[in-house]
Amino acid sequence: MFETSLSFNDILFLIRGAGVTLSITILAVVGGTLLGLLFGVLRSHVSPWLTLPLVFVLDIFRSVPLLIQLILANAFQAIAGLQLSPFVTSCVVLALYTSAYCTEIVRGAIDAVPVVTRRAARSLGLSWGQDMTQIVFPMALRVALPSWIGLTLGVMKDSALVLWLGIIELLRASQILVTRLQEPMFILLITGAIYFALSFPIARLGGRLEKRWQEND
Amino acid sequence: MIEIENVHKSFGALEVLKGINLTVDKGEVVSVIGGSGSGKSTLLTCINGLEPIDSGRILVDGTEVHAKTTDLNLLRRKIGIVFQQFNAFPHLTVLENVTLAPRKVKGMSRRDAEEIAVQQLSHVGLADKLKVYPNRLSGGQQQRMAIARALAMSPDYMLFDEVTSALDPQLVGEVLDTLKMLADDGMTMICVTHEMSFARDVSNRVAFFHKGVMAEIGPPEQIFGDAQHEETRNFLSSVR
Repeated sequence: MFETSLSFNDILFLIRGAGVTLSITILAVVGGTLLGLLFGVLRSHVSPWLTLPLVFVLDIFRSVPLLIQLILANAFQAIAGLQLSPFVTSCVVLALYTSAYCTEIVRGAIDAVPVVTRRAARSLGLSWGQDMTQIVFPMALRVALPSWIGLTLGVMKDSALVLWLGIIELLRASQILVTRLQEPMFILLITGAIYFALSFPIARLGGRLEKRWQEND
Repeated sequence: MIEIENVHKSFGALEVLKGINLTVDKGEVVSVIGGSGSGKSTLLTCINGLEPIDSGRILVDGTEVHAKTTDLNLLRRKIGIVFQQFNAFPHLTVLENVTLAPRKVKGMSRRDAEEIAVQQLSHVGLADKLKVYPNRLSGGQQQRMAIARALAMSPDYMLFDEVTSALDPQLVGEVLDTLKMLADDGMTMICVTHEMSFARDVSNRVAFFHKGVMAEIGPPEQIFGDAQHEETRNFLSSVR
């Protein structure tokens, strides 16, 4: 017969960790997406030479391992006396990390909107802004969504690395329980199930939107 | 009235318009013919300011298109343009494609815009496709929708850039019929076209472009019957 010393309180402890994972993910993805939108529009509309410094900085965020970014950022903010909590530092780093990927997703999606379609919109008298909001963004969204969903799910899992700054999120919570209860398989199984429960709705939402759009496009 | 005065335009080292002069009066239908790369299509995109010009000027009802002070978005309400490629907005239904500009640019209510759109779509024979997305339309239907979309802004001028070139041959007729209907309604039109019978039957004047120059312009009888320039005769014999 299966026996475990995992108590109801331990499950609550995991769920609280999942709450932290979810908050960090949401803040990072929202912040990163907004920044990514801004940078992506810049990338697709401004001459490559002018955006070169931006591209360089974003490349750093994409190339340096997230763990190193988190630890360095946390050290620098302490040295600079910013007195940011590890939670805030983590959100900022993850948001920048997300924005670096999101920028390329947005740029690619905007560039995928045919020039002739945009010309047609402008020739009807739509302003640049109206062209962007009425034509470009809706069309680009369909292109960007699958990659964006992938990015979001990736960030949720990558957010586990913030445990190195002492934040007790879902993975760290599970590690604590594993150490205390010595039931790694069972606890990791539950933890994995919680990660899945967090990710599944996002993946499904993406799938549903894509299907709905495909019926039209 | 559209007045084109000594317009020059280059893409890099390639000069595509070499001093074009052309005046199109209200109610007139001018067809522009010529080989590919002769600058015909570029001229159209210059008229509504989609392309800048290098020198000369273009006036639409006295407003200089390329003047810095000109509000192009305002000017473009007067000038409808339909392109060779079907550029339906794929995420919008046929009705929404047509109501978008009247609502967003002219600030019309949805109901008023829909009334005009239904009228224009019926006019081009698409009254039964209002709720359909463009991907369900044939090429000919998409072009007719694009025409209705431009007409819904009640433009004073319509520019057509080889609107039948990308169509299957059996769909060309329906689009040309729509253009003829517009001409009969008295719309001022400049049609860049490869359809010689259309140019002959519908236009008041036909302009022949050759290597960035308007080599010859005149009534269809002159161009098709008694062309003055050898280039014109060569071109016409090659397309017949």
